[in-house]
Amino acid sequence: MALEDLFKVVKDRSMADTKPKTDTKQKKPARGVEIPKGLLFKCPRCGTVVYRDEFERSRSVCTACGYHSRINYRERLEMTADKDTFEELDAGLTSLNPIDFPGYEEKIEELQKSCGMKEAVVTGVCKIHRYKCVIGIMDSNFMMASMGSVVGEKITRAFEYATEHKLPVVLFTASGGARMQEGIISLMQMAKTSGAIARHSEAGQLYVTVMTDPTTGGVTASFASLGDIIIAEPKVLIGFAGRRVIEGTIKQKLPDDFQSAEFMLENGFVDMIVERRIMRPTLSKIFRTHGYTRTEEYRGGAAK
Amino acid sequence: MSSLTATQRLALIREKGRPTVRDYIPALFNNFLELHGDRHFGDDAAIIGGIGMFDSSPVTVIAQVKGRNLDENKHSNFSMPHPEGYRKALRLAKQAEKFHRPVICLVDTPGAFCGIEAEKRGQGEAIARNLMEFMTLKTPIISIVLGEGGSGGALALAVCDELAMLENALYSVISPRGFASILWKDASRESEAAELMKITAEDLLRFGVCEHIIEEPEGGAHIDPGLTTENIAEYISEALPRLKAVPTEELLNRRYDKFRRIGVFAEESGI
Ligand SMILES: [Zn+2]
Repeated sequence: MALEDLFKVVKDRSMADTKPKTDTKQKKPARGVEIPKGLLFKCPRCGTVVYRDEFERSRSVCTACGYHSRINYRERLEMTADKDTFEELDAGLTSLNPIDFPGYEEKIEELQKSCGMKEAVVTGVCKIHRYKCVIGIMDSNFMMASMGSVVGEKITRAFEYATEHKLPVVLFTASGGARMQEGIISLMQMAKTSGAIARHSEAGQLYVTVMTDPTTGGVTASFASLGDIIIAEPKVLIGFAGRRVIEGTIKQKLPDDFQSAEFMLENGFVDMIVERRIMRPTLSKIFRTHGYTRTEEYRGGAAK
Repeated sequence: MSSLTATQRLALIREKGRPTVRDYIPALFNNFLELHGDRHFGDDAAIIGGIGMFDSSPVTVIAQVKGRNLDENKHSNFSMPHPEGYRKALRLAKQAEKFHRPVICLVDTPGAFCGIEAEKRGQGEAIARNLMEFMTLKTPIISIVLGEGGSGGALALAVCDELAMLENALYSVISPRGFASILWKDASRESEAAELMKITAEDLLRFGVCEHIIEEPEGGAHIDPGLTTENIAEYISEALPRLKAVPTEELLNRRYDKFRRIGVFAEESGI
């Protein structure tokens, strides 16, 4: 473990210690008091409301229940990659409208502006504790990171690049599933990405999946489930079918922990649940065990 | 070939007497022996697997089972497989690879089953595993969509060297009803969705998803199941020797490229 990560662990632990549950609950704003929405975060798992700055200081993890909430790709990159090591791949890919779905282009344009990204996944090369790897980060702010042509193509190219350059791949998955607005083309991306993973795997390279909130549908049923090692963040949603679809089929309400990371661990579909604060050292250990060597130059730890 | 709308074809494939794999398998394959179970959990009746002869060629058959009546449908879970069904399919595909037998998949499903047990046993993982393993399976794979090709549940048996579709069959990322209810919050716009989604065999031929359309008798497969079977047999007897003649490495490269090509996007250079 690098020094800066150790420091962060200690710092986070001490922060957590000084903040007992009751403390956070006291911070619940009183009923009827108008507080601007942007200042608060309400945990979708346990309902605790905390001030946003405090929540963000804890890496967007609920201090009451440990739910690892959704973060955008920039935050993820900053807390994962060594500072200033990221070089983006295939940044120029944008969606077209294969089935002429009304309003699709406009929706994409809107999201490109509001999210500051061209599509729902960003891929590139970076270093994590000086281990060079290909990284992919899906951002659920962009159309719930559904997989259309661009997501499929970028992930496929990322694996092809990694195969060619003998690099491991780390994918942070998050997705509502296939992008229905692209019709059958979106379904085919499941096969395409899985094919590229097969080749990367046959070349003896390592693929680590980190399942983040939410990893569902066609992404669970393709590349997210194909890692040599599958990590999940605590309390995140992981599953194939939508909760409401299942409830509609069985005509009863599902338990709260159904399709959680913990549920998937218990049923044997993830290797481990890893907290954000120790993600970097965990990935670094995995790279080391697989015989990858560290690069010389070190520009410092994660930016965040 | 008839020029029906997607909605009309949707009605045709829901036709009660439409032949199913229970009709086609005995008619297409000699000496068919059903092989049961995934060797881990159980045997899924939504997928029939087995070995048999097509003309003089041994083949492995993997087929999704629509029922011809309510009892049959209850038995085969309306052709909605559980993870153990997909794992049985994978087991039989690997067995086919070992004995250099081509694999023929008959696709006919509304989708993979959505339920508690399916999630517990890893529906997502089971489908994903098939996509990856079928992509590199060292033996020819032909998939034929007979009626409904529903989403990932269909794709798990449709990573292949060649995809053929019966003329009225449909293959889609989600059912038109699901599409309408999710994107428009209005399930009653099913037929509008069916037209918009481009899910007919002709559409999929244009997209490069499907390679061949198998003709149905006028009015649909149920009008003359015998003739439909003959048309399927004609296609298999043409495609099988052709694919068997391709050296394995080239076969796998072509299979990879078949899916690798699919995608519609713009690319700005120099970024
Ligand atoms: Zn919480």
